Amino acid sequence: MTAGEEEPVAGDFVRAYVITGGRRLPSSDELSLHTLVTVGPDKELPLGASPEVRAIWDLLSGGYLAVAEVAAHLELPVGVARLLLTDLFEQGLLLRRAAPPRAQSVDRGIIERVLHGLESLYG
Amino acid sequence: MDSNPSTAESIYVSDAVTTTAKILVVGHFAVGKTTLIGSLSEIRPLRTEEKMTQASALVDDLQGVPDKVTTTVALDFGRLTLSDELVLYLFGTPGQQRFMQLWEDMARGALGALLLVDPSRLAETFPVIDLVERYGLEYAIAVNTFDTTHAYEEAEIREALDLLPDTPVVYCDARDRASSAQALISLVRHLLARAA
Repeated sequence: MTAGEEEPVAGDFVRAYVITGGRRLPSSDELSLHTLVTVGPDKELPLGASPEVRAIWDLLSGGYLAVAEVAAHLELPVGVARLLLTDLFEQGLLLRRAAPPRAQSVDRGIIERVLHGLESLYG
Repeated sequence: MDSNPSTAESIYVSDAVTTTAKILVVGHFAVGKTTLIGSLSEIRPLRTEEKMTQASALVDDLQGVPDKVTTTVALDFGRLTLSDELVLYLFGTPGQQRFMQLWEDMARGALGALLLVDPSRLAETFPVIDLVERYGLEYAIAVNTFDTTHAYEEAEIREALDLLPDTPVVYCDARDRASSAQALISLVRHLLARAA
């Protein structure tokens, strides 16, 4: 249960606007949907953090999750979750892992590993 | 601190994972994308939403909000741990042309797309093929069938969808884990061949 669950769609929008301070949502270049994030070791939640940032902090204190998973667990729109995570990342408070390559071309080595993994599970 | 990610209850990715990969599961409305993702995912499939209009554009005109806010797209996704170091995410992506902004985001970094097809509604797949091709995604066709009679022959489907000869066409039951996995394996074999 979250407070936002029964709000109308427009109310949900206003909530998202307030959370982000009306800022432009960041592009997916920095943190893609499947980039893993967690809180950095010995890092502290910033003073005055918003309830949403606090919720992200509590969630990620348990381990690594993909950006999309953070959004889903906290029932935040992906763009909003990404902006809050980008903020924390730029403050040096988050660790990022498995950042995808920028290049459009897909790494053949990753495809091979995915195939090997699927075949060993289901082959 | 949860230091035991092997418990069934844990929602977290193991600390040892160094690489994540993304494959899209695409198709028209109600073709079975979420069902297939649910069959394969090791976690309860998750749902998140993406707003289709940038918040900054709306800020200037809050009066106009009600019209625009309704363009919210649900994204369903699941996760498969493939080895100690590798996790695969499957993202269901709606096939409507009006979600192009979302597609740009989804396609970036994706290995390829499994394109689910309902053989009795082939025409609805045309716009989806347009989208995967526009974003340069390699794909395989998975014909979602609830029986094994294959009333629709592969040749008919190939011709109707105007597929390239090497585009894989596989039959699968999206409700079945093993069947869905075989469809995914066909796609990834194709991706490997095309990456050569």
